[in-house]
Amino acid sequence: METHHFRYEAGSRPLPGAAQLVGVVSSGNLEVLVEPAPLGGACEIEVRTAANGFGATWQAVMADFHARWQLMDARICINDMGATPAVVSLRLDQAVESVTGGPP
Amino acid sequence: MSSYLELGARQRIPHIFDADTFEEFLPPSARVVSPHLAQLDAPVSFDDGVIVGRGRLGGQPVFGAAQEGGFMGGAVGEVHGAKLVGMLQRAVSEHAHAVLLLLESGGVRLHEANAGLIAVSEVMRAMLDVRAAGIPVVVAVGGANGCFGGMGIAARCANTVIMSEEGRLAMSGPEVIETAHGVEEFDARDRALVWRTTGGKHRYLLGDCQLLVADDTEAFRAAAIGAIAAAHESGAALTLAALQAEHDMLARRLRDFGDAGDPLDIWARLGVPDPNAVPMLEADAFLALAATHRAGPGAGGQ
Repeated sequence: METHHFRYEAGSRPLPGAAQLVGVVSSGNLEVLVEPAPLGGACEIEVRTAANGFGATWQAVMADFHARWQLMDARICINDMGATPAVVSLRLDQAVESVTGGPP
Repeated sequence: MSSYLELGARQRIPHIFDADTFEEFLPPSARVVSPHLAQLDAPVSFDDGVIVGRGRLGGQPVFGAAQEGGFMGGAVGEVHGAKLVGMLQRAVSEHAHAVLLLLESGGVRLHEANAGLIAVSEVMRAMLDVRAAGIPVVVAVGGANGCFGGMGIAARCANTVIMSEEGRLAMSGPEVIETAHGVEEFDARDRALVWRTTGGKHRYLLGDCQLLVADDTEAFRAAAIGAIAAAHESGAALTLAALQAEHDMLARRLRDFGDAGDPLDIWARLGVPDPNAVPMLEADAFLALAATHRAGPGAGGQ
């Protein structure tokens, strides 16, 4: 297992709703928990993954995600069991859309 | 119509319970995860693979749970089991109208060894405590992972088991039997054999499940509402007489079918005119056929 932490400062989009969980921790899949949190305008992401050695890939996928959503005061926690980058991106969008009600 | 089979546990809850009524205990944001999996450096899930809480079903206060088959096959670890037990105990203390368990589990989570075994036995005891309090317990089995091992036993502690044809209910799963007794005894890759042996139709014909429905969330919901009403009518508590009747039924089954090598043989002995046609029948046509050929009133713990 590896744990990765990401923090993006000065987002512009607060989360309107309560915590939401999407996805399942199964092979090639992941669960994403997204919840509002007082983080001084930042978005924090914690990834716990069973796939070791993909830190750079996670960083790229998370940077893309933050560029799309610009979340502020949001905490995202991920339990991953080897999901591909495309699946991770889709799940992240699904998680945030389940809170905001639609695409960015 | 919406497939029950295709949904995850978290999607099933709002389809089965009255809309927007379910309140989850220990939701994912509480992060009560398995301490054992972390020690083994294995991935955890924020809900440990089970959703527990209370909602309304047909307007009545009904407690419930849904196991997520996608996470470790729905297997029961210490936290997972404790969530089920806590919910069942709270159902008693808050005088629930009923408890509905949407089960999908391979049984004990072997990673957690004795803690998982104890958890499953505590679930069974808690289910019987709920029934002893006069509160019906209804189980639904219709997920891709079936309901096996300790949770297969737990399912049969309920007043009523509702299954779809796609659902499977048994003690040892196909691979376990093949590993223990050889491929000549049971070929776990023979999917038709697996479903003939453990699937909803066979369980219904033998009396191990009391209701068979199509793979449809609305059908499961309607069956659960009906089963709860029926259990209130007949009394939810497990009685000695019911237990003795169950033992008699099992003795009859062993006597009548103990030497059968395939469920097809059992169906033939039950008088089903064309056993080979049974797996292809839709739920309605199957129920019409089964009405005259089911083995005795195998009413589970009723």
